[in-house]
Amino acid sequence: MKLIFEIGSEGRKLSLLPECDVPETAVPEKLKRRSELHLPHLSENEISRHYTKLAKRTHGVNDGFYPLGSCTMKYNPKVNEETAALKGFTRVHPLQREDTVQGSLEVIKTISDSLCEIAGMDAFTMQPAAGAHGEFTGLLLIKAYHTDHNDSRRTKIIVPDSAHGTNPASAAMCGYEIVSIPSAEDGCVDLDALRAAVGEDTAGLMLTNPNTVGLFDKNITEITRIVHEAGGLCYYDGANLNAVMGLVRPGDMGFDCVHINLHKTFSTPHGGGGPGSGPVGCKEFLKPFLPGYQITVDDSGMYHYSVGDKTVGAVKQFHGNFSVVVRALTYILFLGKEGIPEASSNAVLNANYMRKKLDDLYTMAYDTTCMHEFVMDLSELKHRTGCSALDVAKGLLDYGIHPPTMYFPLIVHEALMVEPTETEPREVLDEAIEVLRKLYETAESDPESLHSAPHTTVIGRPDEVGAARHPIVRYIWED
Amino acid sequence: MGSYVPNTKAEQEAMLKEAGYSGFEDMFSCIPEENRLKRPLNIPSGLSEMEVLRKMEEIADKNTVFKSIFRGAGAYNHYIPAIVKSVSTKEEFVTTYTPYQAEISQGILQSIFEFQTMICELTGMDVANASHYDGATAAAESIPMCQDRKRKTAYVSEAAHPGVIQVMKTYCFGSGTRLVEVPARDGLTDMEELETLLKEDPAAACVYIQQPNFYGNFEDAEKIAEITHTAGAKLVMGVNPISLAIIQSPAEAGADIAVGDGQPLGMPIAYGGPYVGFMATNSKMMRKLPGRIVGETTDDKGERAFVLTLQAREQHIRREKASSNICSNQDLCTLIASVYMAAMGKDGMRAVATQSMSKAHYLAEQLEGAGFRPLYRQDFFNEFITDCPCGSQKLMKALENHGILGGLPITENAILWCATEMNTKKDMDDVVTIAKAVMEGKEAHA
Repeated sequence: MKLIFEIGSEGRKLSLLPECDVPETAVPEKLKRRSELHLPHLSENEISRHYTKLAKRTHGVNDGFYPLGSCTMKYNPKVNEETAALKGFTRVHPLQREDTVQGSLEVIKTISDSLCEIAGMDAFTMQPAAGAHGEFTGLLLIKAYHTDHNDSRRTKIIVPDSAHGTNPASAAMCGYEIVSIPSAEDGCVDLDALRAAVGEDTAGLMLTNPNTVGLFDKNITEITRIVHEAGGLCYYDGANLNAVMGLVRPGDMGFDCVHINLHKTFSTPHGGGGPGSGPVGCKEFLKPFLPGYQITVDDSGMYHYSVGDKTVGAVKQFHGNFSVVVRALTYILFLGKEGIPEASSNAVLNANYMRKKLDDLYTMAYDTTCMHEFVMDLSELKHRTGCSALDVAKGLLDYGIHPPTMYFPLIVHEALMVEPTETEPREVLDEAIEVLRKLYETAESDPESLHSAPHTTVIGRPDEVGAARHPIVRYIWED
Repeated sequence: MGSYVPNTKAEQEAMLKEAGYSGFEDMFSCIPEENRLKRPLNIPSGLSEMEVLRKMEEIADKNTVFKSIFRGAGAYNHYIPAIVKSVSTKEEFVTTYTPYQAEISQGILQSIFEFQTMICELTGMDVANASHYDGATAAAESIPMCQDRKRKTAYVSEAAHPGVIQVMKTYCFGSGTRLVEVPARDGLTDMEELETLLKEDPAAACVYIQQPNFYGNFEDAEKIAEITHTAGAKLVMGVNPISLAIIQSPAEAGADIAVGDGQPLGMPIAYGGPYVGFMATNSKMMRKLPGRIVGETTDDKGERAFVLTLQAREQHIRREKASSNICSNQDLCTLIASVYMAAMGKDGMRAVATQSMSKAHYLAEQLEGAGFRPLYRQDFFNEFITDCPCGSQKLMKALENHGILGGLPITENAILWCATEMNTKKDMDDVVTIAKAVMEGKEAHA
């Protein structure tokens, strides 16, 4: 389809602004823009239709099942959008005096308190904009803590080999050396490997539990104890919190700080890759280091900004992705103490239901009760039929299903990671199960048709190698 | 209580049974007893949708919404065309995720490609990424792009936004980078001081300036680029995207990297976010960019297709050796910015820039007539600082009583004002009348 620059014609425009009612100020000659500025020249109708076409070429949670493992693609409630759009929230300036933004402060204070209770933490900052941004923030807390204790020997962060790529990348941004420890056969942390890895140079450990293969690591108390005894701190990657809300708390497992993905666990939309929100929580002893503002409330009920006396500063301007935070608070108030554990219980149920109805055909990477997601290992199928995880994923596209996460975690070959979430009705799961079973049979009977899948989408498989080798990353005008 | 779980209790029971469990407790036996929370969460009970909406409305009403805004400092009150909201609330865009599966994500991929193109056009650069969290984090992550084995030190102009400088400091604490502040003089980066600092530092990696700077003034970016390049360092410019419709682009000035906050391009001020950071550079530095980049290619039938590309830079492949840890960005905000720029077009963007600049100059003149003298006599865009002999908090309160959010008090005696196309001549005349009255002691503050 045509780019927005290839439609319309010079001179077409919208009537948006009145004439200027003050004398025009000229730009000083030496500061004037000299080069041509190419932008679309369209009527409103053409813009509207262009983006409607693009929308039709985009699969969202609203279009169908989206079991993208580790991303928690649950339904995005519509009331969240209404509350986030309230003028009282959208039309206030981030630098208004605190007595004129009491509502915003109340939002932050209320959600911080709720997240503290859900995560078993003592304080939260809403500043981080995404999960990886939260990881970075949490590691800054760890770094600031060791620095404050004049402990400069602690230069290493331990990360399991099953971890998401953002974990080591975040640690590297904090100047840490990464110690990657191999997982045990059951997909969990190898305690001996951990014991061998910790020492006087250990700054901390980054871990998610349930882990990246979808299992609850039973040794978690021992794991955090080993790290603490070595003088390190424990960071909880909240990517998988949707499995355990109201059932298990990171703080109780021994973690010192956490990030939570509001765009996963707390139902805020993913927006094509953001804006998300990755608030970071910590135990009392790390609170003085938190970036941004903490909100306090005085005896008269007035909210105030306060800054930790050893703050690491700010990881983002202003107060984080505030409108996302408003959505998440709406969700928490709606679900409440009953609905939050109910969501997690059903997320786990839906995953185990799918797992059980597939495990006679597909090889499960770990054949045991999973939490909110499970990982299938298609290496045997690939070896036998030539059809890879990628082929099966592409086959799903023809049935209007977004494929599971592919080739992650790295410790499982030909991995497909399925996370159905709690907001899918049973019939949708049944249909996906049926499609996956059919694709398995197709892999055996007609592998060619899977190699060339998808067949019904607006494009076929794109040439990714060519794209990287000869990058075309913008449109160029001919004039 | 509220719930978004569709399956009824009976269906849940049946599913548990089919999955081989006698109940939820049985299923959760995989979690050790010692790790279980053995009490209900201590948060309020859930509510119906109607109750939640009412409660959130009550909270929102505790914020003061001003009918007229003269505050900028990184969050600008521009007109948002109706088409922007209409497009950016389409559920396909809202509810999709990072386009990992290109075949069913062509719409979002193409919209990012179009965004990258528009950012390249504005900045004059060759390549832009698919966004960063905000202008400040984009500025902070431009530093590692400029560092190599020998060149480590980063310089930042004191005339940049203090909030941006703070974020850069925090990121540099993390990476262990030495960050040096270059002093400002007369409301501009002190170029002599910069030259001296750079001459003495063979490890200088980059210099960050903001154009227009925090005080609203235009820097001599060309001269700063020359000084920076002579020292073998890279110039990073933080820019206001609206200004670029009429002002010299970073590429024209000689910058190596252009970053900025896209908020003025159709995003509400919304208490600080979400906004969007943009990052653009020349083709030589393309592979050092953090974040997602969309590229054009063809599919197996030779048709035009778009994909996430140059992924060998990214965390999911390079892990600790990646150019950044960024995974989720601010994609829906790039859509807003793209639709905004499409709706405005070249002429509309120029009009917004020209009106904002003209109105700020009108306001500055009128305020000076009322006794609020400008702190600097430099060329400026749509922000400027005046003194405030009557005390800035007193003036702010008086303006608030008339539904006006005044400029940002920098000190008790100085105010950073901002004007955009949203401020009418009458609004500005009202501000001046009130300010004059406060100055003359006629307007008591609340």
